Amino acid sequence: MGRYTVRRLLQMIPVFIGSTFLIFFMVYALGDPVAAMFGDRAPDPATAAQIRRDLYLDEPLWKQYLHYMGQIFHGNFGTAFNGQSVTELMASAFPVTLRLTIVAVVIEMVVGIVLGVFSGLRRGRDIDTTVLVLTLVVVSIPTFVSGYLLQFVFGVQWGWAAPSVAPEAPLNELLLPGLVLALVSLAYVTRLTRTSIAENARADYVRTALAKGLPRRRVITRHLLRNSLIPVVTFIGTDIGALMGGAIVTERIFNIHGVGFQLYQGILRQNSPTVVGFVTILVLVFLLANLLVDLLYAVLDPRIRYA
Amino acid sequence: MPDPYVPKEAIGHGDGGSAALAIGEAESLERRPGAPGAGPPGPEPLGKPRSLWSDAWHDLYRNPVFVISALVIVFLVIIAIWPQLIATGNPYRADLAKAQQGSQPGHPFGFDTQGRDVYTRVVYGARASITVGVCATTGAALLGSLLGGLAGFFGGWGDTLLSRLADIFFGIPVILGGLVFLSVVTSTTVWPVVGFIVLLGWPQISRIARGSVVTAKQNDYVQAARALGAGNGRMLLRHIAPNAVAPVIVVATIALGTYIALEATLSYLGAGLKPPTVSWGIDISTASTYIRTAPHMLLWPAGALSITVLAFIMLGDAVRDALDPKLR
Repeated sequence: MGRYTVRRLLQMIPVFIGSTFLIFFMVYALGDPVAAMFGDRAPDPATAAQIRRDLYLDEPLWKQYLHYMGQIFHGNFGTAFNGQSVTELMASAFPVTLRLTIVAVVIEMVVGIVLGVFSGLRRGRDIDTTVLVLTLVVVSIPTFVSGYLLQFVFGVQWGWAAPSVAPEAPLNELLLPGLVLALVSLAYVTRLTRTSIAENARADYVRTALAKGLPRRRVITRHLLRNSLIPVVTFIGTDIGALMGGAIVTERIFNIHGVGFQLYQGILRQNSPTVVGFVTILVLVFLLANLLVDLLYAVLDPRIRYA
Repeated sequence: MPDPYVPKEAIGHGDGGSAALAIGEAESLERRPGAPGAGPPGPEPLGKPRSLWSDAWHDLYRNPVFVISALVIVFLVIIAIWPQLIATGNPYRADLAKAQQGSQPGHPFGFDTQGRDVYTRVVYGARASITVGVCATTGAALLGSLLGGLAGFFGGWGDTLLSRLADIFFGIPVILGGLVFLSVVTSTTVWPVVGFIVLLGWPQISRIARGSVVTAKQNDYVQAARALGAGNGRMLLRHIAPNAVAPVIVVATIALGTYIALEATLSYLGAGLKPPTVSWGIDISTASTYIRTAPHMLLWPAGALSITVLAFIMLGDAVRDALDPKLR
């Protein structure tokens, strides 16, 4: 297990470098950060050249990248457009998005698995078909549409939830945005659980457990569920990274000042340090979540042993 | 035309009455045509064993999900090519006096905030979505299956390199990458969006293609072909590709729906398509500001978008069920 973890961590390094370099390339080579600083006015060429020298922008791209990464590992992420340091922005934004992501993951896990178990055990019946059709409908409604609809219905018409979230983003105000963020993944979790449960429900070990007189409830929770959840865990693990990055739409709709909000501002104002810094952290979260999933396999399925 | 004598048919499940016959069994029945009741009675006489494709087709045209989604898609493609067929108006014609007004005779969906007819814009919006979806999927599927297929077939360092490269693209959050990449593009055509989706979409297809080529490569008939002296090209095209292409088609069909949703999301965030292109994403983005006063401006394009995505995802689902009955 230890050696496996180390090997996986080492494998992550080239992927991390590749992904961050790609983003770095997009931001610094395709955009012009110096011109963006001056907004609509054209910069004075001498000033622009001076800034370029100060910011290492006159060096070749790979040197800029190395310099940037060196700074990051010293904890220096640069300065955002409003003069705040990017680390300060992160310190205020990441907890908010993390809370939102946790709300979303909890919703998709609880609702998704329960629905999936219900329909998987009643395969082919009406409730199963209904759940399947509903999940397809949910998957095909893009987040920005469902977000506005739920905000309009729950937040404005019925007044059940706050239509926009306060800067401190308390947990109860994040319930509705969390649901919106979770919806599409929720449908996938339901379908995955259902398929997996339906397949395993006919397995020999389930019949054995029932035959030796275990109560149905115990067979489902201890035998069936544990064996059926492996693909679901994989999905949820990889989804955590996607949710944190995908929160950009949800955060915009509900005016949540999290990672997506800051990134969107950074992109609009072409502030390269904000964009590259935030994306670097997101890539890291994504890779670590994937690693965690692989390690969880061994816990869920004792047959899997990592050398 | 796929090679008829491949093991895949053996797992292709039969329709209603006739059980799935292993190839050998079907052949022996063919050789003894006089033997009555030798096999389970089927609705069709046992002739040449059906290939995976005709078997899948047989399943598909009886599946209501497939028929409905295919009809919706045909309709969408037609109005994407000839929007004038059902919308006679001009999508750019604005009458500010009618801004944000609701449904009225001749204008069933009402007017948007600039007084343009929402119905006409919804109809014309199909073109951008369908174009992006079809082009991006074609591009990603061709690139992905070519790279993934070759990597799976030849293995070695090229395979390792490609897998790591795919990992790198997987590590980039799609919407963020799109915002960064497309915010520097000034072109108002659909091509930058298509290019970006292909760029981030091919690794998914290439993983699937690689996996199924690796599986197909180990089959006995491929080994037999190699022993008989077939070259790499012949083996790939004649023996491996027809048997490895099914999962790619399934993933690509479902991806088409998600690509359309992705394009709309990017357009909504201001990074995808840009005016004057008529796009559901842009119209929804504009309408979202006025959702409290004029929700119809948002609901119609949003409905059209959702139905389009739903149709493609349902089609992919039906095709998957037909091509891989084990997954059902």
